[in-house]
Amino acid sequence: MAHLLEIKDLHVSVEEKELLHGVSLDVKAGETHVLMGPNGAGKSTLGYSVMGSPRYAVTSGSIVFDGEDITALSADKRAKKGIFLSFQAPVEIPGITLSSFLRSALEQQTGQRIKLWDFKKRLRETMALLQMDESYAERELNVGFSGGEKKKAEILQLLMLRPKLAILDETDSGLDVDAVRTVSQGIHEFQKNPENSLLIITHNTRLLASLSVDKAHVLVGGRIAAQGGAELVDEINAAGFEKYLTVE
Amino acid sequence: MKEKTQVEHLNESLYDFRFDEDDADRFESGITPQIIREIAEEKGDPDWMRDFRLKSLEIYNKTPMVDWGPSIEGLDMSQIVTYIRPKTRMRTDWNEVPDDIKSTFERLGIPQAERESLAGVGAQYDSELVYHNVRREVAEQGVVYTDLESAMHDERWADIIRTHFMKLVPPTDHKFAALHGAVWSGGSFVYVPKGVHLDIPLQSYFRLNAKGAGQFEHTLIILEEGSYLHFIEGCSAPKYFVASLHAGCVELYVGKNATLRYSTVENWSKNMYNLNTKRAIVEEGGKVEWVSGSFGSHVSYLYPMSILHGRGARAEFTGITFAGEGQNLDTGAKIVHAAPDTSSYVNTRSISKSGGISTFRSAVQINENAHGSKCSVSCESLMLDSQSRSDTIPAMDIRTNRADVGHEAKIGRISDEAVFYLMARGLSEEDAKALIVRGFADNVSKELPLEYAVEMNNLIGIEMKGSIG
Ligand SMILES: Nc1ncnc2c1ncn2[C@@H]1O[C@H](COP(=O)(O)OP(=O)(O)OP(=O)(O)O)[C@@H](O)[C@H]1O
Ligand SMILES: [Mg+2]
Repeated sequence: MAHLLEIKDLHVSVEEKELLHGVSLDVKAGETHVLMGPNGAGKSTLGYSVMGSPRYAVTSGSIVFDGEDITALSADKRAKKGIFLSFQAPVEIPGITLSSFLRSALEQQTGQRIKLWDFKKRLRETMALLQMDESYAERELNVGFSGGEKKKAEILQLLMLRPKLAILDETDSGLDVDAVRTVSQGIHEFQKNPENSLLIITHNTRLLASLSVDKAHVLVGGRIAAQGGAELVDEINAAGFEKYLTVE
Repeated sequence: MKEKTQVEHLNESLYDFRFDEDDADRFESGITPQIIREIAEEKGDPDWMRDFRLKSLEIYNKTPMVDWGPSIEGLDMSQIVTYIRPKTRMRTDWNEVPDDIKSTFERLGIPQAERESLAGVGAQYDSELVYHNVRREVAEQGVVYTDLESAMHDERWADIIRTHFMKLVPPTDHKFAALHGAVWSGGSFVYVPKGVHLDIPLQSYFRLNAKGAGQFEHTLIILEEGSYLHFIEGCSAPKYFVASLHAGCVELYVGKNATLRYSTVENWSKNMYNLNTKRAIVEEGGKVEWVSGSFGSHVSYLYPMSILHGRGARAEFTGITFAGEGQNLDTGAKIVHAAPDTSSYVNTRSISKSGGISTFRSAVQINENAHGSKCSVSCESLMLDSQSRSDTIPAMDIRTNRADVGHEAKIGRISDEAVFYLMARGLSEEDAKALIVRGFADNVSKELPLEYAVEMNNLIGIEMKGSIG
């Protein structure tokens, strides 16, 4: 299958400080990848860079998505091409409800008006799948949501917006057992489309237990320290990152 | 325009005057008693009103120019004199209406007839029909809702108008109050009898029906004991006049245990000097609620005042201002606690963008007798870039130690993180910022009826794109 995401020798800096020192990583359409690494390794930085945060400057290397070099594209254009980032810390946006935000985001992406009735119906179904109370749809986006609720709301957005590639940045952290199960149901739902790809950043193997993982990457100090199959996840789970830290 | 030269000459003396207040007597405005008599005659004023106008003119000529806020030196009084003069035909040509205003009309979907009227081009927008229907409906409850000019001639209302007109905002208040007293034109008169609770909001329709209306309109609202009214003046379309001055006046009398909600969304075209005076007096147990969205204008001076006159009277002021490129908006709220156990709550937001300047002044006075009173002022400003400015000037005059006063000011910038979050969901940078600004303005939009909130949000969207009249 074709490559959906190709990260080639990516160097990323924030305010003159280089955080990623040449990261390469490929994700094929339909694959699920896991990205692990100690705190501060640069995992979120990689996620932000792929999404196109203006704060993270790509100093060399490139990001190719669906065969097109997107390194210079702004985040909204990348979103429209089908990249989604579930934020490690979703931002609270007062003044717009989750529901009307989702509707306008959808309309922006498709460039078409969506019938309110159809939208509400799909929203209701998706919320039910994620065991979210319907009343959250009419609450202001993320405002006053608990940590876990914010993460569920990210998955709700993922399922509503239907991207091709979803980067989940610690979507499972801070969730109780039931919520982790719900989120993984959401991920399953996303995986139902065989073309959809995932890059899951996590410290936690609980979420991965019920998911089929194609590849795993270990990021240490802004560099890929190891790449492998699903077995790499178990290895890290058992032995931690120590082996890779000493390499550095 | 034959007076033009003369007036320009006078205009210079106006500047001289600004720098040398002692010469006040030498100053002449170019508005002569003769012009005022012509206005009075054209309108068929009762004698008392004609005399009131003449008296106001005298005061105007003696009163120094306002000098505490943004500069109004660019104000072209000569144009204003020409414009207010009866019988002079100062019709704007549609071709001369600035393009940015035309395009804003278009984006707001205003019909052509109304566009022309809003831009002061001849034909007046006919709102009579709507107005008559509303009037019939409210009349059944004994509510008077009419234009002030004709109400003056109705013997049932003549007295009450005479005893209330510019009693709360006397012509001596400041120079533009005096000017207003001399040349006012158009506006609404609302009278709600004792105990009447009006469920439907009344909307102002009179703005465009008289010469000079919309520029010097007068709103007089009287609520008797225990009544309720929501009055809305809302128009998101930019109001454009060749003569770039707006000096309206709003007087609100809120009786014992009555509640008046007064909502406005206004958008002045960006050549306007908006020197508007709004004031409310609230009797025992009564309440005034101001909801105000102020957009547009080149310079604004706007500080709605609430005088809490009876025990337990309350005032709430919720406002937002938006200062874009070339705009200097000096706004605020004044509260006078003049009775015990009164309370006030001021919550304002201001936005400045592309070099716009926004100054918020709060003036709170708590009199000696106003023990047990409470006042809370909170103002937040949002600067969208580093060229823009935002200032907060709180003034507190507390004359009793038995009062509870709180003041909070916050100045912020739009969060890059929030913009990125929204962009990551496919919103353009512009849309993301507009959305955040709307959220910031929701103190006001939450208080407005839905259709006005939608209008205001559209307006914010257009302002964020940076080209509006
Ligand atoms: N905007 C920034 N300014 C300065 N330093 C930054 C910035 N963003 C990230 N860093 C630094 O870059 C390094 C990588 O951060 P990043 O958030 O990518 O780590 P992470 O792998 O996601 O860690 P965690 O597992 O704790 O989420 C850290 O040392 C962090 O302090
Ligand atoms: Mg992280």
